[in-house]
Amino acid sequence: MASEKRDKEEEEVKTDDGSPKIKPRPIVQLGIFLVAHSPVFSVVFSAAGVLALLILPLLAKNTYISENALMPGSARSMLSNRDVSDGSKLVKDIKNYWLNHEGQVQKLIGKYMSDMGAEVYYQKFHPEGNQFHPLHFFSGPDSYTLLDNVSCASYGVNVAGIIRAPRGDGKESIVLVTPYDFINGGDYEALSLGITSTLFSLLARVTWLSKDIIWLVTDSRYGDYRPVAAWLTEYHSPSFKVSDLLKCGELNTADTFRRAGTVAAALVLKVDGRSERFEDTLSIYAEASNGQMPNLDLINVVNYLAVHRQGFYVKVEKVVSLLSSSWLKIIGEIFEAVGKLARTLNPDWNFGIPAADYLEGSATLASSLYSQALGIPTGPHGAFRDYQVDAITLKISPRFPPDSKTRQHDFFLRGARLLEGTIRSVNNLLEKFHQSFFLYLLTSPSKFISVGVYMIAFALLVAPLPMVAASLYIEGCKALTKSTDNPTENLKSWKWLDAAKQVFALHLLGFIVTLLPYFICQVPGQHSPRNRSIMWGTTSSSLLLITFAIIPGCSPFSSRHHGTNWAVLKSVTISAAFIGLCLMSIINFATAEIGALLLVPTCLMAQPIKPALRSRRIKSLLGAFCSMVLLTIGFPVMFFAISKGLFGEAVVGLSLGGEFWTWLESLWAWKSATYLYIGMVHLPCWLLCLCILFHPS
Amino acid sequence: MASLIRSWIPLLILQSFLVAIAFGSKEAEEFSEALLLKPLPDRKVLAHFHFENRAPPSNSHGRHHHLFPKAISQLVQKFRVKEMELSFTQGRWNHEHWGGFDPLSSMNAKPVGVELWAVFDVPQSQVDTSWKNLTHALSGLFCASINFLESSTSYAAPTWGFGTNSDKLRYGSLPREAVCTENLTPWLKLLPCRDKDGISALMNRPSVYRGFYHSQRLHLSTVESGQEGLGSGIVLEQTLTVVLQPETTSVETNMQPSWSLSSLFGRKVVGSCVLAKSSNVYLQLEGRLGHESKNVDTEIEAHKLWKNADFDLSLKPDRVLRESSSLLFIFDIDKSSDSEPFDLGLTWKLPSKWSCQQAPLQATRFLMGSGNERGAIAILLKATESQEKLPGRVVTDGRCTIKANIFQIFPWYVKVYYHTLQIFVDQQQKTDCEVLKKINVSPSTDKVSSGMLEMMLELPCEVKSAAISIEYDKGFLHIDEYPPDANQGFDIPSALISFPSHHASLDFQEELSKSPLLSSFKEKSLVRSYTEVLLVPLTTPDFSMPYNVITITCTIFALYFGSLLNVLRRRIGEEERFLKSQAGKKTFGLKQLLSRLTAKIRGRPIEPPSSDSPAAQSSFLSSKLIFKIILVAGAAAAWQYFSTDN
Repeated sequence: MASEKRDKEEEEVKTDDGSPKIKPRPIVQLGIFLVAHSPVFSVVFSAAGVLALLILPLLAKNTYISENALMPGSARSMLSNRDVSDGSKLVKDIKNYWLNHEGQVQKLIGKYMSDMGAEVYYQKFHPEGNQFHPLHFFSGPDSYTLLDNVSCASYGVNVAGIIRAPRGDGKESIVLVTPYDFINGGDYEALSLGITSTLFSLLARVTWLSKDIIWLVTDSRYGDYRPVAAWLTEYHSPSFKVSDLLKCGELNTADTFRRAGTVAAALVLKVDGRSERFEDTLSIYAEASNGQMPNLDLINVVNYLAVHRQGFYVKVEKVVSLLSSSWLKIIGEIFEAVGKLARTLNPDWNFGIPAADYLEGSATLASSLYSQALGIPTGPHGAFRDYQVDAITLKISPRFPPDSKTRQHDFFLRGARLLEGTIRSVNNLLEKFHQSFFLYLLTSPSKFISVGVYMIAFALLVAPLPMVAASLYIEGCKALTKSTDNPTENLKSWKWLDAAKQVFALHLLGFIVTLLPYFICQVPGQHSPRNRSIMWGTTSSSLLLITFAIIPGCSPFSSRHHGTNWAVLKSVTISAAFIGLCLMSIINFATAEIGALLLVPTCLMAQPIKPALRSRRIKSLLGAFCSMVLLTIGFPVMFFAISKGLFGEAVVGLSLGGEFWTWLESLWAWKSATYLYIGMVHLPCWLLCLCILFHPS
Repeated sequence: MASLIRSWIPLLILQSFLVAIAFGSKEAEEFSEALLLKPLPDRKVLAHFHFENRAPPSNSHGRHHHLFPKAISQLVQKFRVKEMELSFTQGRWNHEHWGGFDPLSSMNAKPVGVELWAVFDVPQSQVDTSWKNLTHALSGLFCASINFLESSTSYAAPTWGFGTNSDKLRYGSLPREAVCTENLTPWLKLLPCRDKDGISALMNRPSVYRGFYHSQRLHLSTVESGQEGLGSGIVLEQTLTVVLQPETTSVETNMQPSWSLSSLFGRKVVGSCVLAKSSNVYLQLEGRLGHESKNVDTEIEAHKLWKNADFDLSLKPDRVLRESSSLLFIFDIDKSSDSEPFDLGLTWKLPSKWSCQQAPLQATRFLMGSGNERGAIAILLKATESQEKLPGRVVTDGRCTIKANIFQIFPWYVKVYYHTLQIFVDQQQKTDCEVLKKINVSPSTDKVSSGMLEMMLELPCEVKSAAISIEYDKGFLHIDEYPPDANQGFDIPSALISFPSHHASLDFQEELSKSPLLSSFKEKSLVRSYTEVLLVPLTTPDFSMPYNVITITCTIFALYFGSLLNVLRRRIGEEERFLKSQAGKKTFGLKQLLSRLTAKIRGRPIEPPSSDSPAAQSSFLSSKLIFKIILVAGAAAAWQYFSTDN
């Protein structure tokens, strides 16, 4: 804003003085130049921003182990057949349990752990859901002391075993998590227990441990995330007050909840489904809440060991529908051709990658961007991030059916070796993970784009906003002074105040609409998501009408004389969008990136349709059409429906409202900042654009 | 050659010994060595080496020692140390399985790293100086970074919470100190026979450091003679406690592993240290063996004690002593020789199980909260199974209570809010006056001193669990205060939980025995246990990017000073006028060029068109300019002064 003002002042000096000899400073000159040609530059910058986003898969670098102390794969694996047979025995015993139904599985696992020499305890937790509370939105994980009346009807039991490092000082620990459904556990889930038990049997014997190892078997009846979160809460912020939960059930859980120092890293292991490929597949999930990622070194270590030592096929999530999209393929081919051309010119320029690689890379990048933008953790590892612990989920899909005994041995050996190598690397670390990147996007398990590169796309996208705002402001001021015939100098700088009032009123409305779901949830009685979304929609739109009625300047339908100049309004809107996007880029970059893709063209293209219709020129008609299309897409519900369609699930009609409500509910339940962004930046800016569109000028 | 030297050394030492006797002080210096072996319930074996060196009181001038290490006596004399204890520990003592209510554990279960405390015999004002000098001297003596305890931020002066009531006591610990052979070698140098002969010859470094717990301790105390003109005597007690895992081939998990000295240490004892007054090996067996018949009169019954259905000893004990719950076999190693080395072995025949006596309350400490801003420290006290059986309950006003002292040091960057102290007994929050008998708080000062908390709790006897929590804020350190590997986090030293009304002692009712080890067991020692060391992650700057930091700092400086100078110096109006005048002059461009040319040819400066006014202006300008430059320089100097002052 300051620079805009200065630009303007400089311009005033230039025009009023009438002396062409006074040369303004070059930086000011540049500013004036940019502002004067803002339409051209905004098109160029926006296009460059989109292009930079598309080009990202080409710019991805290969990952490398940044922390030297990790030394993955340098130690020989110490796993023996005895350890594997321990694991196989546990799996067999669990299977027998399902046949005979004797005792409790938790007890069985606990017995195995204590036989290996671990300290075992059982933790009961209450599977209460996440509840939205507007005041606690950004507050950290709090203990669930608020829960007063606990019923014994449903509670989960986690089993945890701790191996103390023989010569360690007990200051740090590494956590291994295996979710398991104790009531109807599947065969594949049992395999994950087998792998971990194989590893645990080894770790109980080794002398190289410097950090304690905690093996946590969570009760996945209540989801993957909740049990882990409950255990972490108990670990980090226990309640010393009396808990009714302890009295429930026949499992004697009176034994102490044991701890093992600061958690250095955590690995979540899951085995599910059969691999579609010839090899065993290992999927890595890393995204935690609000786009936070674990240190890249952790992913690197796992990827290195899995690919180069154990021969797993490693993958990260990708948007499958993009793989078959023809437009992306064409872009990939163009890039390939350009790369080839560049190489013929200079053999050192080898940035080109094959079109197939580009497709894969951009599909993975899109998924990475989407998962980060959503702000919902992609697995139980997300619970650890709340405590600044680096954690990832490893999902292994074996290539054999779960009852194949012969393959099982080999599978356990390889899975446990992978975990052993990772744990050994983390164990070697003297400091916590800090060497490598925390802000990155993955385009494949071994390729990443660091923050310095992907920031460029966003910077280019939002760069036109201040320029256009400045030029519009100048334009608007000129128009206003002309129309009111009152060229008083001192009033000039307050031209934006009316528009700012309107912008502020709509942002306030956005804030209220953001908080509304909390109050709708408080409405007694059972309501379906669809009804709730209808309640929300009607309340919001009536609030909008009230706002228009109360504040005269706001309404797009008010008479021409009361309304503000649309150029000034647009200028202030764009400034507000710019500030909102920049703030969001600090909190969650991916959200800001996707938001900018939507919001920037909408804001730039927004202009009143009345004059366009009146003028009947093709250019202005086209502009009006474009802004209308962009506004339609920009409506959050609409965009939700379109993205659903992109992912292959078409939703139509009223059920869309329900779906949308559920989606938003999940956003706020996970304390995703994206929810705040939609409510407090996107929605007001969208409404303002709508106001501009129907502006009576 | 080697054997020749080996045979010579004892002879030489013996000679010096004889000389000492010949010169004859009334009370000779004494040295004794002992080794206590004790199988532990979790299939491990504890070996406790105990060396005691006594120097009787004598004239302090011209003092010469025969056995007593000169380094230590000089230390005592120089710094006037009344009592001192230094311990180097690696690994954690397992209170659950290795016991917590016997003299061995209450004296030898030490916190990880280095712990040092000392009581001085100097005026109150000189205590801190003595402490600082002592830490440096010990640091050189033991090849450890004990000198880090010199800084006032790392030690504290406990008043009553530590167990020794003295206002001249200083206590400090270094949790991160790595303990290795370089610390053991100087410690062994203090022994008269080093590790060449006697029991200390067993200390094979790889096997000692392979253990699960390793604690080397040095305790010295001065004994006042009471006579005028006679100095004080010194008692130096050196112990090494190791917990080893005997290698076993049996697959059966409930069977105790059999072991021998050679299998544990890889060495055997060949003869005692010649200079030692007594050198014994003890084997203590705890548990169910205690309640057998009391009188061991007949030879057969005595034989049964060490060769029975349960276990087998490879050597016949010289004596067998009993305590309420344990048996003690005593072996004299004087008889062993090169040809017949002393290699005690224990073979288990039947699976056996027993448990060690635990302290009344088991303490764990942990950190609460998340994030880099604040957190809380919690101490959890949990009643052990053996709590009810223990003596030492105090009945006051008809209430049976257990007393527990908690002593804790907080580094200054953990800013503890003492008012947030909360005490929960059996999951009920208690007000302070209910359970808190005494409390002493000395708050920390930033970068000057560490905080200290001493509490005396009085808990009801039937207590199941008690929790104490206290909140803190994490401080910021200056860039050069960060230690190496700052990203690991910062350590909070162990807290000490002691039970003032509980005393551990083992009384074997052996009047004849003058063994220092047994007499030290017989003394009532305070039951104490140390909690875990905590690791607090603090915010750390990105040390790996000094270049970035330098660049950004330089940029900011350049921008700041550039714009400041610009604002101070530049005058827009003047510039405009100048430009206008220039524009006006532009028509005379050719003339000007010509005059410049002629001036150059003549070698004279160009004559200004109007002579007086610009000159006056320029001098005025320059004085103003100088004033402004001085102002900026002054501001910069002041800033520099204030920034370095902190």
